[in-house]
Amino acid sequence: MRKSGLAYILLLPAIIVVLFLVIYPFIYGLQISFTNMNMYTVWEPKFIGLLNYQRVLTDKILHAVNYWQLLGRTVVWTGVNVFFHVLIGLCIAILLNRKLKIAPLYRAILILPWAIPDFISCLVWKNEFHMVFGSINIILNRIGLMPIPWLKSYPEAFIAIIITNVWLGFAFMSIVILGGLQSISPEYYEAAQIDGASAWQQFINITLPMLRPVLTPAIVLGSIWTFNKLIVPFIITLGGPAETTHILVTANYSAAFQYYRYGFASAFSMINFLMLLIFALLYMRMTRGAKGVYE
Amino acid sequence: MKKTKRSFFYRARGDSPFKLLLVNLALVVVCLIILWPVLRVVTISLRPLGTLFSTDLRIIPEGATLKAYYRTLFEIDFFNWLKNSLVIAFITAFMGTSLAATSAYAFSRFRFSLKQPGLVFLLVTQMFPAALMLLPLYIMLVRLQLINTYIGLVIAYTSTALPFCIWILKGYYDTIPPDLEESAMVDGATQLQAFYKIILPLSTPALAITFLFSFMTAWSEYLVARVIIQKSSLHTWTIGLYTLQGQYQTEWGTFAAASLLVSLPVVIIFLFTAKYLVSGLTLGAVKG
Repeated sequence: MRKSGLAYILLLPAIIVVLFLVIYPFIYGLQISFTNMNMYTVWEPKFIGLLNYQRVLTDKILHAVNYWQLLGRTVVWTGVNVFFHVLIGLCIAILLNRKLKIAPLYRAILILPWAIPDFISCLVWKNEFHMVFGSINIILNRIGLMPIPWLKSYPEAFIAIIITNVWLGFAFMSIVILGGLQSISPEYYEAAQIDGASAWQQFINITLPMLRPVLTPAIVLGSIWTFNKLIVPFIITLGGPAETTHILVTANYSAAFQYYRYGFASAFSMINFLMLLIFALLYMRMTRGAKGVYE
Repeated sequence: MKKTKRSFFYRARGDSPFKLLLVNLALVVVCLIILWPVLRVVTISLRPLGTLFSTDLRIIPEGATLKAYYRTLFEIDFFNWLKNSLVIAFITAFMGTSLAATSAYAFSRFRFSLKQPGLVFLLVTQMFPAALMLLPLYIMLVRLQLINTYIGLVIAYTSTALPFCIWILKGYYDTIPPDLEESAMVDGATQLQAFYKIILPLSTPALAITFLFSFMTAWSEYLVARVIIQKSSLHTWTIGLYTLQGQYQTEWGTFAAASLLVSLPVVIIFLFTAKYLVSGLTLGAVKG
């Protein structure tokens, strides 16, 4: 059972592929980040040391925004999205966690936002935010309110991408949390009721602590995914108007593939990655007590 | 406060009919919010050409027609896009799953010095922001002249799919008790034989799920594809759909019809496999 030689033979094909497709590109990316490579200097980039890193932190990233604005916006983007995913997900899970005749139907519908390709959902939502023909403004118009220029002004556009991403994510979170709720033994609640605990007390003292093993990884993974979720702003607003809905990853993608500043974009992505890594390391430290991640 | 009060959070054995009504009402509202954009797409796909832009909110529009579906199936490049996506996603999933099948087993059952760092590394790759790997891969592919090829996109996808597949499969192998191989080895089988004859057949469902999941991730991908594939004959359906809805406003109906046709099989597969995928959450990233 413990012959490590065989282990390496089993691993060999994957190691070779990972070496060529993950590790080498990563090192190459690191190397690019120290050069002035752009669209015109792809073939003979010059080494410029840490200049790109300095530029990322001090210059404008695209035209209008700088790194620190993007960072702040990304934190808001991630925090607000994950907050609503968990809050709405928790409410739905609690509602679903009882005997309901049509529970399977509810569950099937809850899977939809997760199952429909993100790319399509984003394009559809983009159309629904249309000033005149999008259904949101049509409804606002019918109940006598002013239409909202969803995609044309800030902060409306930022709210629009958050609405879309909340729609994309809350249902999945509710399914995950429901799994956690169902694993809580009813005996705890019975005991609490005998002691006269109120519903709220039971929620705070039983439900929430017992959900921790589910909630902690869900929140951390959810944060990482949301941080990296560039498809939503990219499709719906393309970062606009006037770069007000760019987050770190969309600005990074634009710097690389719309502005063709390869060296700069590489340095930028290294910084973004480092930030996520620190976040993740803190998480691993936090949850070392929770078993099962790597054993 | 009475002792017998039923808790709202308690997995109820019997809620009062009034409370059940409220709960169902709230859940129906949630379902409507989820279904609303979907129904809107259905509506738009059924609209006749003249009224594509309309502030009508009826689900079945006046003069409903299947013309948009006809156009999607017979007049645009839809099947070519599907073919490109299919080939690319299939090779990606095959590469990911087959390479992961043995390496995940090593991670699950052996002790070796690179195990801990290896697992941490796999986890870390799930954190890579898209541009981090895409940019160097893109420049590598430019230099190797693999831009605008299936292989180019498969390479880019495999670099994210493989770590994910290993991570998920390891989680599944971990749930198979080691006694199974141990008893086979007591009977004289080598570990390799035990793996091929016992573990691999037992893991068929897990392998299928892993395959399906990496397939679907590649299938619905857009941002990497648009960088690596520019030639229109190689467009995947995501690129094709984007051009549809960007180009002419009259293609809105076609876009809606194509979206529904593409989503339907994916959604059906998800409905049947969702419970396996959700349980994989704590074992690794599910949908990133």
